[in-house]
Amino acid sequence: MARFAMVIDTKKCVGCMDCVVACKTENNVPEGYNRDWITQEAFGNFPNIQLEIRSERCNHCENSPCVSSCPTGASHYHDIGGVVLVNHDECIGCKACVASCPYDARFIHPDGYADKCTFCIHRVEKGDKPACVSVCPTNCMYFGDLEDPNSDVSKLLKSRKWHTLHPEAGTNPHVFYLT
Amino acid sequence: MNSLSRRRFLKISGATIAFAGAATSMGTFVKGAEKVEEKTGSIVKGIQKIPTYCDVCFWKCGAIAYVKDGNLWKIEGNPDDPLSNGRLCPRGTGGIGASFDKDRLRAPLMRKSVRGEDKWVEVTWDEALGYIADKMKKIKVEYGPEAMALFSHGVGGNFFKHTIKAYGSPNITAPSFAQCRGPRETGFELTFGDVLGSPERTDIKNAKCLVLLGSHLGENMHNTQVQEFAEAVENDASIIVVDPRFSVAASKAKYFLPIKPGTDMALLLAWMNVIVKEELYDKEYVEKFEFGFEQFAAEIAENTPEWAYPVTGIDPKVIRETAREMAKNKPASLVHPGRHTTWYGDDAQRSRAIALLNALLGSWGRKGGFYTPYSTRIPGYPYPAYPKSEKGTADNPNHKYPFAEGELISTGLREATITGNPYPIKGWLVYATNLMQSLPNREETIKAIQNLDLMVVVDVVPSEITGWADVVLPESTYLERYDDLNTAPFRESFVSLRQPVIDSPNDQKPNWWMAKKLAEKLGLGNYYPWKNIEEYLDTRLKSAGLSLEIMKKKGVVKGPKQPIFYEDGVPPVFWTPSGKIEFYSLRLKEHGFDPVPKFTKHEEPPAGYFRLLFGRAPVHTFAKTQSNPILKDMMEENELWVNNDIARRYGLKSGQYIKLKNTDGIVSNKIKVKATERIRTDCVYMVHGFGQNSKRLRSTFLKGASDSQLVTKYNTDPLMGGTGMNVNFVTFEWEA
Ligand code: SF4
Ligand code: SF4
Ligand code: SF4
Repeated sequence: MARFAMVIDTKKCVGCMDCVVACKTENNVPEGYNRDWITQEAFGNFPNIQLEIRSERCNHCENSPCVSSCPTGASHYHDIGGVVLVNHDECIGCKACVASCPYDARFIHPDGYADKCTFCIHRVEKGDKPACVSVCPTNCMYFGDLEDPNSDVSKLLKSRKWHTLHPEAGTNPHVFYLT
Repeated sequence: MNSLSRRRFLKISGATIAFAGAATSMGTFVKGAEKVEEKTGSIVKGIQKIPTYCDVCFWKCGAIAYVKDGNLWKIEGNPDDPLSNGRLCPRGTGGIGASFDKDRLRAPLMRKSVRGEDKWVEVTWDEALGYIADKMKKIKVEYGPEAMALFSHGVGGNFFKHTIKAYGSPNITAPSFAQCRGPRETGFELTFGDVLGSPERTDIKNAKCLVLLGSHLGENMHNTQVQEFAEAVENDASIIVVDPRFSVAASKAKYFLPIKPGTDMALLLAWMNVIVKEELYDKEYVEKFEFGFEQFAAEIAENTPEWAYPVTGIDPKVIRETAREMAKNKPASLVHPGRHTTWYGDDAQRSRAIALLNALLGSWGRKGGFYTPYSTRIPGYPYPAYPKSEKGTADNPNHKYPFAEGELISTGLREATITGNPYPIKGWLVYATNLMQSLPNREETIKAIQNLDLMVVVDVVPSEITGWADVVLPESTYLERYDDLNTAPFRESFVSLRQPVIDSPNDQKPNWWMAKKLAEKLGLGNYYPWKNIEEYLDTRLKSAGLSLEIMKKKGVVKGPKQPIFYEDGVPPVFWTPSGKIEFYSLRLKEHGFDPVPKFTKHEEPPAGYFRLLFGRAPVHTFAKTQSNPILKDMMEENELWVNNDIARRYGLKSGQYIKLKNTDGIVSNKIKVKATERIRTDCVYMVHGFGQNSKRLRSTFLKGASDSQLVTKYNTDPLMGGTGMNVNFVTFEWEA
């Protein structure tokens, strides 16, 4: 069984938003919406400042509040890689999942269903990397299988310091940030 | 400047490579480039991949556009292209939005009322071009062909340049010299006898120490540079960032020097002082290549870190430590020359100081410093010779700016248009540059335009400058047209093709078509012996052993790898009068300038005012992408960076709107406050290109504020005529 994860090196990321733009064109995300976004967090006082820049999106959690809160079963775990997906036809647009996500990763698509990052499963199943990963000009994003000890993601999580977002929410997120 | 170096200046460095036997090194075709799955009517079913090169900025990255069932889907980097390495920047990725911008120009327009009132009627191409040609003929009879000036930015201007040269005018310019990179080209040419060019020849990826003065790589998104910057970060290069603002690059740096704006020259002199005094420079290199080193060393002897401290606000300990850090990593210590270098009016001298610091570190010509670029030699189309102009150019009468060589001073042509000196300029043809945002002091631009008998603007969208035109010509986007070949000098020589991916939606036309038709109407059809651009491109490509057919499939073809560093066998050649690196410049002395750069104090903001600084965002180019629906979604308006303490003092909160007023009383459009720790207290900062006031560009009309509108003052560089623009001071103005 594969377990897909994304590892993002905040030391290299410049916050250019290419990942956001590429997702938009790859997945036809409508005007006014995005599946991923950039957060810049600054600490300290001028001129002694630290800045963390993160490319954020759905964390494809192991313990996803969006899946458990979905009344129709539209939000579900995909057979491959533990990717959290939404079945558009079954979704009634009730927003329960939108409210439940601690990362604010979901929105209601103008066509009426809940939408969010899919880990570009349509590309991954063909052997390509997600659109955001393959566009990043700084090469700071990695995608792969945590079950495979030789994957980039496994190796990086072993060799580098990292953190996840909102670990206190108990969701077991699968997007990791190297620091 | 002697004629040798002048020629050098015109044709940047390195060598040009011909494609002898190119067919052997041709690599792969873009998969699917020629594959058409099924054709029903005019719509091609399935996915087509069409290689081309990007035009969202001047970097010209090789790309592959995807067309799905006849519709433009997405665009990616071409993996064979050395500029993109298969990855476009955010603007390039979002570039497809330009083709479905709802506010695009659709048909040629002619002015209906007074200039600047923005009232129009749609006309046919024949009427529009006929009108322009008649006016141009009249101008030629009354004032001579030199009275016609072309302002053009980007490769798309090539054919208009050709038409204007055939018509007989040498007055062809772009804001990219006197409003941008001109000073650094002059500063480096005076020192090394060669320029940096574009893409600049910086070997960022191999630098062990990288110094950025105001260059905000990562926010400024020149693709290959940012890719290489990330490589340097990954390799743990020592990064030293000098900026009044804690930029994204600063967050990757080992040393952040929050310099007082306008004092970079003092820091550069102090760094050189330390490196010379402590004998940390590359002795072998300097001894071999120097001219006037002794005099130089004597001139900077007083510029100690202690001297620089009260000027710059940088602790002498930090100045020494960073100087030693550079020296430790030499020659792979790259002090980046920057690109937008028109800051204070002594910018060519500041750029020269940067060149000299690099010379001390021995980085020019060396790995981790500056490489020697190569470009592809593709013969030009065999045209008849252009008529010779008796009068010469109008931008720089009596060579007032003696070191403005190789390119024209845009603001000099504006000046000539206002004053009629050295001779009247009566027609402007403006191609793809929004002069309202790119030239300082808007009032002067408008004054010049009001003196014209003919004002033509070619653009894709109804940008602000189109509002001042007599005739507006709607251009196809870069995804809908062929353009000239890209053979820019780079780490390796290459040639890339721009080709149409989709059709233009309305009556827009490619620039080559307009320029050719205009020439024909002017009776200059003999300068366009080709029927269409395919014939032009194929003729040029065939003369270099390639063909349009190959280029259409591959998009980019690379030449053989060559050594690019002195240590790999590139012979060190300096095209200066002495044939050496000129630490002391007799050329400058001859013209009454400082032979070794000196610090000049610049005016400081009066009480209650702040220096206005501006820069780039990664998702926009100049003032030309703000209405692109994809890029607009990324950043719709700019923000005003204000230090937290200042914000508190003035009761400003992040997210609130405020206006700015400069010392000339000009009031900006409203802009959102970003109260932050990331900037000094004596300046404010905004991203350039917003606050546009073209009503027909609805999506971005009055979104954010325009720095250019507030740049009423500028200091002209006495060496080369560049316009230093960081000399304006603003205060807050609450909305009435
Ligand atoms: S594309 Fe890469 S560098 Fe740019 S914001 Fe996204 S993750 Fe960061
Ligand atoms: S993985 Fe795909 S869907 Fe998710 S943010 Fe990246 S590009 Fe968008
Ligand atoms: S740097 Fe970006 S906008 Fe410029 S040519 Fe390359 S991809 Fe296009």
